[in-house]
Amino acid sequence: MCGIAGLCRLSSPRPIDLDCLQKMVAVQRHRGPDETGFYLDDWIGLGHVRLSIIDLAGGSQPIHNEDGSLWIIYNGEVFNYPDLREDLLSRGHRFYTTSDTEVILHLYEEKGPQCLEDLNGQFGLAVWDAKKRELFLARDRIGIRPVHYAVVDGQLAFSSEIKALFQISHLARRIDPIAMDQIFTFWTTLPGRTAFEGVHELPAGHYMLVRNGQLHVHRYWDIPLYPRQDWINAPIEEIIEEIDALLTDAIRIRLRADVPVGCYLSGGLDSSGITSRVARRFNNRVKSFGIRFEHPDFDEGEYQNRMVDYLGVDHREIYATNEQIARSFPDVIRHGEKPILRTAPTPLFLLSRLVNESGFKVVLTGEGADEFFGGYNIFRETKVRRFWARQPDSESRPKLLNRLYPYIFKDARLETTLQSFFSRSLYKTESPLFSHLVRWENTSRIKALFSAHLKSQIGDYSADEELCQTLPVDLGRCDPLSKAQYLEAKIFLSNYLLSSQGDRVAMAHSLEIRLPYLDRRLMELMMRVPPRWKILGLDEKHILKRVLADDLPEAVLQRPKHPYRAPIRESLFAGGQSESRELLSEDLLHKAGLFDPNKVRLLLQKTERSGPLSEMDNMALVGLVSSQLLWSQFVDGSPAPDTEVARTSVFMDARGGRDPLESIRIK
Amino acid sequence: MSYREEIRNFIVNTFLFGEEGDLQDSTSFLECGIIDSTGILELVTFLEEQYGIKIQDDELVPENLDSLQNVSAFLEKKVLCAG
Repeated sequence: MCGIAGLCRLSSPRPIDLDCLQKMVAVQRHRGPDETGFYLDDWIGLGHVRLSIIDLAGGSQPIHNEDGSLWIIYNGEVFNYPDLREDLLSRGHRFYTTSDTEVILHLYEEKGPQCLEDLNGQFGLAVWDAKKRELFLARDRIGIRPVHYAVVDGQLAFSSEIKALFQISHLARRIDPIAMDQIFTFWTTLPGRTAFEGVHELPAGHYMLVRNGQLHVHRYWDIPLYPRQDWINAPIEEIIEEIDALLTDAIRIRLRADVPVGCYLSGGLDSSGITSRVARRFNNRVKSFGIRFEHPDFDEGEYQNRMVDYLGVDHREIYATNEQIARSFPDVIRHGEKPILRTAPTPLFLLSRLVNESGFKVVLTGEGADEFFGGYNIFRETKVRRFWARQPDSESRPKLLNRLYPYIFKDARLETTLQSFFSRSLYKTESPLFSHLVRWENTSRIKALFSAHLKSQIGDYSADEELCQTLPVDLGRCDPLSKAQYLEAKIFLSNYLLSSQGDRVAMAHSLEIRLPYLDRRLMELMMRVPPRWKILGLDEKHILKRVLADDLPEAVLQRPKHPYRAPIRESLFAGGQSESRELLSEDLLHKAGLFDPNKVRLLLQKTERSGPLSEMDNMALVGLVSSQLLWSQFVDGSPAPDTEVARTSVFMDARGGRDPLESIRIK
Repeated sequence: MSYREEIRNFIVNTFLFGEEGDLQDSTSFLECGIIDSTGILELVTFLEEQYGIKIQDDELVPENLDSLQNVSAFLEKKVLCAG
């Protein structure tokens, strides 16, 4: 796991600014503290920071092919590389390392962009073809690893994180108004867009070819959608067996590493299932790591402890106190590079530090199960609302909502009123966005806080419309659950959970996360499993519970879904916490120009009162603070490279027609 | 200031960040997403504290609370009874 950076001339060769490239590498040092490497010729400069996990001694990058015409820098893991390597060896390819990186390079040499079809993993990579002067950038299917790019000064600049691009002095640092509109609708940006104008993200499942100065972006994979006739038509017992075998294999290949691999254990079904399989089938001495909270509404300690006792694993935990969450929040935004509407990434930032301090570089996590096995309340809510919409006057149908949200409906007095809340947009069952409309309409209300200037920049742009235009035509024809799963995975999983709450907060402490539930074989299989087996009645993740029946104690298996959340007002706006208030001072709000100080003042007054704050108010608070932080760190200030730089182990110089293979390999 | 105006001010300042937009007397708070579950509790607390009334469980229905005109009509009735 690593970080990449590059500068590629688009139309004519000109010396690459090595100093700039070195800064781009240094500012991503947290992604790869072990060593750095460079390749330079008259058209391109490639830089790499490495977190050594496979082939510790020999896997230094950039890596080249036999004749030194192809060069790769790579952030990620391809878990099926041993099989691919065997095949390439039989075709006559020669390897000088035992790394997965070199396998990908030779596969690219063999197949070109089509090599991506064969890769099962998580990656962001760049391959330079020095003969053809072609650059190939690619990202994994679901977006576990990032790749960003910008065109500036006649060159394409690319990197794992945006802060590397901002080392280029001519690249303007401005918050993108459309991104703000999207984040305050969907809780994150749509694929391809970042929080900054002129800075793009290569979307998940896409690659880019740079040829003759032109950028060509192609999609090679999307979350598959199947019409009813293509669903798996087999008894549920057979489907369970198939998932069972695939899940075990997805875990097995993710334990491939030349360093020890740990597990995240939240006490929920998904991570408990993974930890149990690792402990019982592969490594009974595995170490697990978990988060505890001060407040019982957030804490899952009881179930974590049950799992620890049940498996006898060596477990370590952090207590995410309100004070720590507030203190680390600015770091979370600096790493995440995007405004967010939740504080939940912060405890994961604290947890990755503990894991790093415990000497681990890799953990398995349970992320992705909720999306592909049907775990979220929004899926069940959609089911109930559709059922209700068929008889809108029914008194009994909306009562099913009480079962989904017992914590909201705990005040029985409010039942009728709450039902009325969920009846919004009930008539829009034909909309492809039906499942998410209530959530997105609610979130959009926070945009009332935007400044007049920001509103005028956004103009009559409609985020919903843009989304609808990019949806695949098949979506309209598929079942309601698959539709909702597609939207959830495409937007929230890829662009928030795997990023702000995934890669960024883990890599902040040089930790690689691996996600067995997002194995491409499992994702593809689960989209063909009939929806009724994912949510049976209102039983979420029904089929996963059956797959894991022998792995978990009954109490964890039958436990009601507990959404992972972290406190907001209690942390960011607790008694002595003044940084959030300072960021929302009239002066700084005016300077940043994103929000209307008068409206923010009203929200802050409400926050000061002792009464309850609504979900939307809490989200507004995080959105305000994180946007102001982003502005202060990236626009008003600028991200500075780490002064401590890892040793350079590779420096390949092909400038002025030199033979790069004659460069000295620094060891 | 009439009940309706007072409640309008409360709603606009508490839930709409001071921006009235197209809030009509008949706009449904719930259907338009102006108020969510926590918001209803805030509104009830405001009415009870501001006007010294006690709202019974069976009165917590959209017919009494879900728009400016519903709330003000309900309030007039309650205050009249209390008086």
